[in-house]
This record gives sequence, structure tokens and C-alpha cells, in this order.
Amino acid sequence: MVEITTFHYLVVAAALFVLGVIGVLTRRNVVIVLMSIELILNAVNLNLVAFSRMWGNLHGQLFAIFIVVDAAAEAAVGLGILIAFFRNKETVNVDEIDLLKW
Amino acid sequence: MLFLKYIWLIPLFPAFGATMMFFFGRRLQKAAVSAVCVGVVVVAFLFGCGAVWQYTHWSAAPEHYHQPFEKIVYTWLGSGDGHLNFVKRDGSLASFNADAGFLLDPLSSIWLLFVTGVGMLIHIYSVGYMAHEGGYYRFFGYLNLFMFSMLMLVLANNYMLLFVGWEGVGLCSYLLIGFYFHRKSASDAANKAFIVNRIGDAGFILGALTLAWYLGSFRFTDINTLVRSGAFHIGDPVLTIAALLLFVGACGKSAQLPLYVWLPDAMEGPTPVSALIHAATMVTAGVYMVARSNAVFVLAPNAMKTVAIVGALTAVFAASIGLVQNDIKRVLAYSTVSQLGYMFLALGVGAFAAGVFHVFTHAFFKALLFLGSGSVIHAMSGEQNMRNMGDLRGRIPTTFKTMFVATLAIAGIPPLAGFFSKDEILWQAYRSADGGIPYLWLIGFGTALMTAFYMARLIFLTFYGKPRMSHEVEHHIHESPKSMTGPLVVLAICSVCAGWLGVPASLGGSNGFGKFLEPVFAHNDAAAAAIAPAEPQEPAGEEHRGLEWGLMILSVGAAVVGGGWAYGYYANAGKDYPEPIAVKAPPLYTVLYNKWFVDEGYDYVFTGRRKIGKVRLGAMGAGEASSWFDAKIIDGAVNDVGWVTRAVATLSTWWDKWIIDGVGVNGPAILARMISYPTRLFEWGLVQWYALVMVAGLLGFGVYYVWK
Repeated sequence: MVEITTFHYLVVAAALFVLGVIGVLTRRNVVIVLMSIELILNAVNLNLVAFSRMWGNLHGQLFAIFIVVDAAAEAAVGLGILIAFFRNKETVNVDEIDLLKW
Repeated sequence: MLFLKYIWLIPLFPAFGATMMFFFGRRLQKAAVSAVCVGVVVVAFLFGCGAVWQYTHWSAAPEHYHQPFEKIVYTWLGSGDGHLNFVKRDGSLASFNADAGFLLDPLSSIWLLFVTGVGMLIHIYSVGYMAHEGGYYRFFGYLNLFMFSMLMLVLANNYMLLFVGWEGVGLCSYLLIGFYFHRKSASDAANKAFIVNRIGDAGFILGALTLAWYLGSFRFTDINTLVRSGAFHIGDPVLTIAALLLFVGACGKSAQLPLYVWLPDAMEGPTPVSALIHAATMVTAGVYMVARSNAVFVLAPNAMKTVAIVGALTAVFAASIGLVQNDIKRVLAYSTVSQLGYMFLALGVGAFAAGVFHVFTHAFFKALLFLGSGSVIHAMSGEQNMRNMGDLRGRIPTTFKTMFVATLAIAGIPPLAGFFSKDEILWQAYRSADGGIPYLWLIGFGTALMTAFYMARLIFLTFYGKPRMSHEVEHHIHESPKSMTGPLVVLAICSVCAGWLGVPASLGGSNGFGKFLEPVFAHNDAAAAAIAPAEPQEPAGEEHRGLEWGLMILSVGAAVVGGGWAYGYYANAGKDYPEPIAVKAPPLYTVLYNKWFVDEGYDYVFTGRRKIGKVRLGAMGAGEASSWFDAKIIDGAVNDVGWVTRAVATLSTWWDKWIIDGVGVNGPAILARMISYPTRLFEWGLVQWYALVMVAGLLGFGVYYVWK
């Protein structure tokens, strides 16, 4: 049985991060995009927790808790915007949301 | 002295009549109109007779022996108290003052009497003549207004008030010539009379103002006193100019060369008007005014000479036209112009009394001739052309007899009125030959010959020969009513007798007429003698008398010869009778028949109704020229300024549009837009693309730092 080292954690986190990035870049549904952002954030959390374990202190875990809070706030705000947007445009497809264009 | 005291009432009687006609005439019956209008003139005549009769007594009294009677009713213009002044020629101040004042002296007495007298007869005549005409009240209203104006003219004591009457008679003349205003020729003639008279009036008012500027007063008595005081020498230039200007006025009103052209056309008016205004009274206003200004004229020998020459030329000129005219009233019109020429000839040679005497006698026989011609026209159902008359003597006997008397009178057959007055004029003209105008008598003599010829021609063509009218007209011929023949008879009696008032001394008479006028004119000789050494006067001796008789016989002979010629040519005139002048000298006939082409000449030169080649002269020429000037020069300048403004505006618009707006305002905007096109490419607006770019950038950074 191979000991699970920091490197393993980092590989998993990187995979998770890439999955999140791909999800953000490719999915049309904003809800899925938000979920993909959660993946990215959690990949970062995993990194932080892994490094926290490696260094033997709690700084990383503390940061992870902050990010969880941040993710919750971000999901709340993002879904709020989404609902407001849906009321106006009746769509949640991100490629149809192009109001920022000139 | 009732009549003298209330002399200002005389003009007011006819003024009352005119006012009545103006306000109520339309509603009045013809009988009422006649009663009022004829009545006021009769009253004016009787009042005038009373005034003159009282004046003769008044002026016989030693304290105002031979003085003119003056009655000032109120101050009409300016003020008598020196509040309104004007600067005289010598720089001193004179009070501007014209009164509503009335002057009665022998001169105005004569005019007063024959104006009201002849006027009264013509009013009575008009009752018959106008009986079947429309506008009856209008006619009589105008006639009364005329009487008012003429009496104001005659009785005024200053030039300004005289001018009121002067313009008033001009207005009435205009209104009455244009009485048949629906006829174009009548309204044209009225306009012509009015406009030609304006030229004269301008001269008159300038003359009167010149006198006031020089002498400081408009009043006749003041002017006479000053002028006769000896302060002015004979030939004084200002007085000469004033006299000439006044004479221009007289030329207009009294139809002298070159302003006579309106009078023949004035025959478009009803015949009583021709008789009253254009023969007997109004046209003598010029003579009256010159006679009234005699003191001024005497000091202006050049002006006198002008008056005499113009008068003589007018006399012969108009008589020559009268020789060949066919319209009965036109012959009489030219005769009037010619006789007025005689009067001015007399005034011009200094024989004021003779001129006035001729005015007096002429008023009767010329009024009679016109009224007679009116009666003829009445009988001929409106026909005026003598070619279509003939053999009327048995059919309208009263008219024939009275006109025959008038013809003898105007031709100068003794002892009728015209003989005495005309001979007096010819004699005075002959005597003045010493003064350097020897041909004046000859011209007058020739005119007398022509007068006899054309008057006899008129009588023979109208009353003798064979009837040349159509059967229908012939059937209607009838003698005029009593109201028309009555005045004819009265005037005929006057035409016979009026001359006896002035039988000259050479024929055993006392020339009462001249003596009556002496207070007006006699001062001149004394004044002239006081200024310049008297020229040697020929004694009025026996040899003198012989000459006078000789001239008389000559002129009577001329009258007989002229009449005889006419008898020979016209006494048996049938249809298509030949005109002797046309037979013997066709070009001369053409010229005379067309009145020496004076109207045509005036049209070329003064009115501009005709063009010389392509050039138009005269009033219409001036009009065209100023129209051209206005259209081309003034409007052209305006248009040019407009064009320049528009060009500047166009340029300015272009500048604003392309430079200010285009380059300055839109330029940066366009630039920004141009730049925006490539820039815009980076703005997809799709979140995921942004994210992709971010990722790519991150990867790029990563790769860069890793492999550096």
C-alpha cells in the first residue's frame, strides 16, 4: 500500500481544478458553471488542506474554512443574480447572456 | 349801407344752395331743386346789384373818394398780431396774415354783376336744358358751388382767398366737364382740364408767394399802395418774375398758349356749363387776376410784353383752328380761346380797361352763343356736327335770331357790344406800336377777319343751306322751352346794348365804362410818371381821331369781308359741301383741322403717350425712366446685396457644415468609431470566452515562467 503523500493530494486537486475549469469554459447552463466554480474552489481547498498537513500547522485549514464561507456567499449572490436575470431574459444559458457587449 | 355791410353774404347764398344739394338733393323733387338753386343765384344777383349800387354812392363821398371798399370778416390764415411771421426778401419780418376779407371796387363790381347776372340766366336756362337729364340735383349743386367759388375769387381781398376761389372754380370745372362721367371722353377731358390747370395754379401760387416775400402782404390794397409808392423802379426783377408767374396762372385758367389745350376738350360737359364756366365767367378769372395785379404788371414791362404777345398769338392761333372745326361747340370753344387772347392782348399793352370791357361784353355774347348752340343741339337730338345741320332758321326761329345777334356782336358789327370792346383793344394795340410791338395790331386785325369768317360759317352751316340731317332727326326738330329761350332773348338784348356803356370819345361817347374803372387803373399812369420821365404822349387831337376812325372802318370792313366770304362758301351748303380751305390748300386744312397737332405734340413731348421712335418723353417717359431706374438700379442694388449675402451665407453654411461640424465635431467621433471597430472585436460579451482567455493567459504565464 502506497503512502498517500502531498503529491497525491496535489494531483487530485489539480485534476479537480482542471475539471472545474473545463466545466466553467464549456457548459452553457449557468447553474452548472456555478457548480464548476465550486469544483475549482474545492480544488483549491484540497491544496490548502494538503499543504496544511504537510507543514503541520493549521493556517491552510483556516484558509479553507474562509473559502468555504466565501463559496457559500458566492453561490448565494450568483444564484440571486441568476434568478433576477431569468426573470428578465427567461434564459440561463451563458452564451445568450451578452449584455456586457457594447 | 346794408348790402355793403353784409357783402360777405353774396358768396354764401350759392354756397347754401350747394350745401342743400349735397345733403338733401337726392331726396328733393326737380322743382324744389330748381327753386332752391336758381333762387339763391337770383338772390345773390339782386344782393350784388344792391351792393354795387351802394358802393357807387359810398365811393362818391369825399372822405373815401374812389377808394375800394374792404370788409374783413375774420382772420382766416395766420394772425394779425405778429405772432406768425415770415422773413421778407430784405430780411425784415412780416406778419403772415390772410383774412377772410371782401373787396369791392369797380373791377370786382363788374365781375360781380356779370358773374351773378349771366350765371342767373344760365341757371334758368339749365332748368329747361337739363330737364330730362339724370343727376339733376348734382348738376345744380355743382353750378351753385361754382357760383360760390367764382364769387369768392372775385370778391377776395387778398391772393390767398382769391386762390381758394381759383381752386374752387377749377374743381367745379372738373366736376362739370366730367358730369357725364360714364363717358370716357368726358372723364378724360375733366382730367385734362384739371391737370393742365394745376400747371397754371403752381405758377399762380408761386407768384403770390413771391409778392408776399417781396412786399410782405397778400392784400391787394397793401400791395397796390406799396408798389405805387415809388419805392420800386420799372423793370424791378422780382416784380417781373412775380408778374410772369402770375401770368402763368392766368394762362392755365384763361386758356392761353401754351396751356389752352384743356378748354376745347372741356366742351364734353353739358352745354350750360360750357356757357357759364368755359366761356363767360371762369375763364375770365385769369384776366381778372392780371387786371387785379395791374400795379405789379405796370412795373414789369417785360411781363407786360409777354402778356401782349402771348395774348395776340393765342388769338390768331385759336381763330385759325376755329376756321375749319365741324363741331359747333368746338368752334365756339376756339372762339373763346381766341377772344381771351384779345383780352390778354389788351392787358399786355396796358389797356386794362379795354380788356375788362371785352370780358364784360364777351360774357354776354359768348354765353348767348353757347346757350344758342345748346338750344340747337337740343333741337337736333344731341347732334353737334355742323355737317349734319343746315336750314334751321325757320324751325327754331328764336334761337336763330338771338344767335345771329351774338354773331354780329362777336364779329364786331356796330353798334353791337363786340364792336366797341374789340375796337378799343385794336386801337390800344395800334397805339402801343410806338412801344415796339407794331405787329400786334396786325395780328389782332387778322384775328378779327378770321373771327367774322368762322362765326358766319357757323351761322350759315347751322341755319342756312340745305337740311343735311337724317329724316328722323329732322322730324324731331323743335324750338326749346321758354326757360331756355327766355335767357337767350335777355342775353341778346345785353349783347346789343352792353357796348353802349363804353362808347369811346371818338364816337361821341363818354366811355363810361373806362371812367368807372379809372380808380382801379388810373393810378398807374401817375405812378409811372412819378418814377420815370413820362414818354411824350401823342395829343388826343383831331388827326388822332381820324386814325382811330380809319382803324374802325378797317375792322368793320374786315368783319363784313369775313362774313361775306363765309356767305359765299356756305350759304347754300348742301350735302358734301366743299371746305374752301381744303380745296385751296389741303395741307393747311389738314394742319388746322388737326389743331396744329398740338395735342399730338404734347403727347410726344409732355405726356409721353406717344413715343418718338423708341424714346418716350414727358411724364410717362419720366415714369418709365424712374420705373426702369427703380427696377434696374435700386432693385438691382438690393438684389446684388442679397446675392452677396446669400453667397456669404452659402460659404458660411459650407464652412459650418463641413469644417466645424465635419472636421471639428464629427471628426473625433469618426476617429473614435474607426478605432472602435478593431477594439470591438475583443468584446464578445460572453463570459466563458473571457474566462478562456484568462485561462490561456494564465497558461501562457505559466509556460513562460516555467521555460524561461
